[in-house]
Amino acid sequence: MNIEQIRKEFPILQQEVNGKPLVYFDNAASTQKPKVVIDRVADYYSNEHSNIHRGVHSLSAAATEEYELARKAVQAHFNAKFDHEIVFNKGTTDGINLVANGFAKSFLKEGDEVIVSELEHHSNIVPWQMACEQTGAKLKVIPITDSGEWIMKEFHNLLSDRTKIIAVNHVSNALGTMNPITDVIEAAHSKGIPVLLDGAQAVPHMAVDVQALDCDFYVMSGHKLFGPTGVGVLYGKEEWLNKLPPYQGGGDMIKTVSFEKTTYNELPFKFEAGTPNIAGVIGLKTAIDYVNEIGLGAISDYEQELLEYGTEKLSQIEGLKIYGTAKNKASVISFLLDGIHPYDAGTILDKLGIAVRTGHHCTQPVMTRFGIPGTVRASFAFYNTKEEIDALYEGLLRVKKMFS
Amino acid sequence: MMSINERQDELIEEFSMFDDWMEKYEYIIDMGKDVIGLTEELKSDDYLVRGCQSRVWLIPAQENGILQFQADSDAIITKGIVGMVVRVLNNSSADEILKSDLYFVDKIGLKEHLSPTRSNGLVSMIKKIKTYALAYSAKAI
Repeated sequence: MNIEQIRKEFPILQQEVNGKPLVYFDNAASTQKPKVVIDRVADYYSNEHSNIHRGVHSLSAAATEEYELARKAVQAHFNAKFDHEIVFNKGTTDGINLVANGFAKSFLKEGDEVIVSELEHHSNIVPWQMACEQTGAKLKVIPITDSGEWIMKEFHNLLSDRTKIIAVNHVSNALGTMNPITDVIEAAHSKGIPVLLDGAQAVPHMAVDVQALDCDFYVMSGHKLFGPTGVGVLYGKEEWLNKLPPYQGGGDMIKTVSFEKTTYNELPFKFEAGTPNIAGVIGLKTAIDYVNEIGLGAISDYEQELLEYGTEKLSQIEGLKIYGTAKNKASVISFLLDGIHPYDAGTILDKLGIAVRTGHHCTQPVMTRFGIPGTVRASFAFYNTKEEIDALYEGLLRVKKMFS
Repeated sequence: MMSINERQDELIEEFSMFDDWMEKYEYIIDMGKDVIGLTEELKSDDYLVRGCQSRVWLIPAQENGILQFQADSDAIITKGIVGMVVRVLNNSSADEILKSDLYFVDKIGLKEHLSPTRSNGLVSMIKKIKTYALAYSAKAI
């Protein structure tokens, strides 16, 4: 991997922030876009745009083809069995809401249970809470250890005949923990319970094979995979997607409409009401192609190298405590420095051109678990470098000096 | 007694001594450290101004038509900034506060802290102060 060359392909990385070269370490919140993706979206709007699945005219047919080619690319990327198991939507949150809504409508009733984990992003907690409120089902939570790992014994204790679905993250956004999802899926399936994986933080870092995982649902966001914002993917096993009721009503999701009775379109269109984010979907395909050209194996190796270097380097700072010390981690370092509020640290780092995320990372239960208001989170992508980690290190020394 | 604008101008003057952001922030941090914080029991949810990242507590008081606020935050930079807001607005009438325009934040180069997306509680705090002022002025009538 030629990092210098790769960095040139990301226009935003060339800029200065507050007079300093930008060090972008907020990749877990959103990744930057390579020029090919930006160009693809611009080109689509400049030369190819039309509504899809409707017109007989050439532009519409061409746009439809590009859109459906993207579906095939996503199918191949995640190794789904069928392309109609790929539903395009707004992103991870949208995907979880679709499944949670469907479960509330069709499968959950009073006394049933839904299992999530203490590590979840709010977007994989709140939709299930809402589903539980509607149906009288109960939310059960897999607790975590001090290192930020699921207590698997507790998970097994939570599993019961009442469990109707398990919805957990593949990789934790707040701490970077790579969760033992295969164990969870195996245990769940032995009891006939479906599993939804929130893959938002996993897909930028590793190859994901939904058939090998045998998960029932997998959700992700395009913008975290170097693609456009506002586009995401819900993978669902055909069997499950057929069983779930439609989420939103509208155009494209119907077969026939009359005031007496509407019949719904087949998969995946049943879940794609209204004009979708066509440019986003097409841009996502380009992003996937781009990532695959570099290779997720190479990306993963390099990011692990950054993680190891960063962990070692930041640990040298006296008073710095890393939260999330699981053995298997994605390239995320969440930490606090010497009792300095994350907001204070983040403000000074920003002045130094270093973009980190500060706060609770939409995982308030994790912060409550550790009794902290939030953390500073540096999350690395394959375009980051060890020199940038050195800049963060120097920046943190400065922060420490300013607040001591 | 100085007016709100005189107190703002005084702050702008103080900040004009600094050449770069670093010195400015060091000054804000020093002010943050100097703010006499609230005792733990006063840092209750009743007085909490909801910001996203740093928490701000604000306690109003009124004597003879003059308002006094005490503020605190768990982040030092925020504490320094809310300390400045309190310094500017305290010892004023509800009416003066309602009419005030806090231009100093922009003038001393801290405009970014006023953006609602910064979520540091400053915007909510100013709103809250004005709400208190409105309540006090309504009571006065």
